[in-house]
Amino acid sequence: MATAELASRPTPPAIVRPPRDGTASWPRLDRVGYYLCWATGIGLCVIAAAIVLFMLVKGISYLRPSLFLESPAPSQHQAQAGGFLDPIVGTFIVTALGILMAAPAGVALAAWLSEYGRPTWLARAVESAIEMIAGVPSIVLAIFGLIIFSQGFLGFLSQRASDGTVTGQSFLVAGTVMAVLALPLIVGATRAALDQLPGRLREASYALGKTRVTTIRSVLLPAIRPGIASGIVLGIGRIIGDTAIIVILLGGTLKNEPVDSVPLLGTLRGTGSTLTSYIYGNSPAGEGNAPQKAYAAAFVLLMIVLLLNALVTLLTSGRERPATRKLASMLTGRMPWIR
Amino acid sequence: MDPMMPPPVRRIALDREPHVAAPRPGGNGAAPAAAPLRASKPAVTQVRERMSAESLWLAYGDNWVVRDVSLSVRQGEVLALIGASGSGKTTLLRSLNRLTEITAGAARSGRITLDGQEIYEMEVNDLRRRVSMVFQQPNPFPMSIFDNVAYALAEQRPPRGRRRRRRTPELELAVVDALRRAGLHEEVADDLDRPALKLSGGQQQRLCIARALAAGPEVLLLDEPCSALDPISTATIESLIVGLRESVAIVIVTHNLQQAFRVADHVAFMHLGELVEYGPSAQVFDRPTKQRTRDYVSGAFG
Repeated sequence: MATAELASRPTPPAIVRPPRDGTASWPRLDRVGYYLCWATGIGLCVIAAAIVLFMLVKGISYLRPSLFLESPAPSQHQAQAGGFLDPIVGTFIVTALGILMAAPAGVALAAWLSEYGRPTWLARAVESAIEMIAGVPSIVLAIFGLIIFSQGFLGFLSQRASDGTVTGQSFLVAGTVMAVLALPLIVGATRAALDQLPGRLREASYALGKTRVTTIRSVLLPAIRPGIASGIVLGIGRIIGDTAIIVILLGGTLKNEPVDSVPLLGTLRGTGSTLTSYIYGNSPAGEGNAPQKAYAAAFVLLMIVLLLNALVTLLTSGRERPATRKLASMLTGRMPWIR
Repeated sequence: MDPMMPPPVRRIALDREPHVAAPRPGGNGAAPAAAPLRASKPAVTQVRERMSAESLWLAYGDNWVVRDVSLSVRQGEVLALIGASGSGKTTLLRSLNRLTEITAGAARSGRITLDGQEIYEMEVNDLRRRVSMVFQQPNPFPMSIFDNVAYALAEQRPPRGRRRRRRTPELELAVVDALRRAGLHEEVADDLDRPALKLSGGQQQRLCIARALAAGPEVLLLDEPCSALDPISTATIESLIVGLRESVAIVIVTHNLQQAFRVADHVAFMHLGELVEYGPSAQVFDRPTKQRTRDYVSGAFG
């Protein structure tokens, strides 16, 4: 019976797809432009692959486990000059400080701009200010920061020399200026996500008798978690890669040097270095002249940045995949303000 | 087509219906065959006025979209606002809980009262908790089913030191109760932590109704709640509306004349911002006094 039914069904026709549109029929100028696009794309891939390959080969060959465990030491002999433990720790401290300041401020600023934006002139001014900051070279920010933070009354953030002058160089200072650097990225990502939310989500909440603040905190921000997360990761990437602010505002010293014996605060008020300043110092252009270590450190830094890029891609594109959702909720799901 | 004829309507038989309605055999197909859905539910013993609009004018920018409308919303009855697109139905509905205010450039003149109190003198969020709204597109929040309803229940200012929306047994009961009233509980009972956006369109809309009912509103505004839904979901929601009218005053905007006929006790027909006809459903559909209403309900335009 079943087979008879099957047999009686019409057989589907063979699938014939039209041939793909070739460029042969195009006008010559269109064809030239088309192949130029191809060439540019391939060129970019080659450059990216070259960077990764070069750093991989150079970096891995110089990478030793001991490099991660030893502090740098001043020595003429490379074997005794230690590893880059301190710069790695410094990288994490500066990044954490910067992002801890930039993320709440950035999200709040974006929420205000997108959801309130009143008075209009102030919102416009804030928008322009954020755009301006986004365009300022980090070395200009650094010099500006040095002027500000070497003021006497801000001495508690860094350290005072015996004659009372304030150095204006410390993890706290560098972290603060890094926060300014990362702020536009976080504001941008958060605003883009907020502006994409459908208006009916807000309406639904207002219609239930909720205030704007409740709506933002309980409905809108949870809905844009991935957007906030990608903004934060972009900000981290920006902070991790910056050298100018580190050299000028963190001192770029060989080791992290706490101010006095207070465990945490001492370190935060003291100078130090990060991977970027370590690479600069040890490169043939710097004073340390230990290119091998510079390559190894550059490799580590590149790996961290690539990892962050992958994270952004995961968070922003494949939201539907369960693994990604789990990762995203692991990263942001437990924040108290987001519930 | 005879313009005097009321719209072609088919009625739904409900459970607990005293006499099951069947289309009149041999009827011309256009005439209403039996009592509408609203008549199938027991008549509400006490009907009283909750809201009233008096010579209400509403504008967006320089455009008056509602012109001199006066009507009242009664508890125990369903009021349907019908009319062509752009006739001001939705604006009128949104003005009843001051949602028009979130549109820039909205202006108003005239009075709207809730239990005799001018709504513009009330705290807006209190008003919206008492006069709740369900929209045309189902718009659940991107959170779990439970959280969607619990959010509506959460107090605006919880006592200091207590965390918002903690899952207490009382809260759980209240959420389940709201889901039950919206006729959704049975379908979702096994997993209230499922994301609300995974529900079907009809279920999402019922979730939105549950959310709107959760805080115990006195008036429920429905803006074409079934226009994005299939006939089965529509039937579920319609019988829900008729069942709710005893505890909540209901205003429904609809483009669907059959729907208005099935659920509404009172009908207001609007055209280009003006209230053309307002009266009991039977009168508006069967014996309209204005030619324009007659044309609209018979399908001559609109």
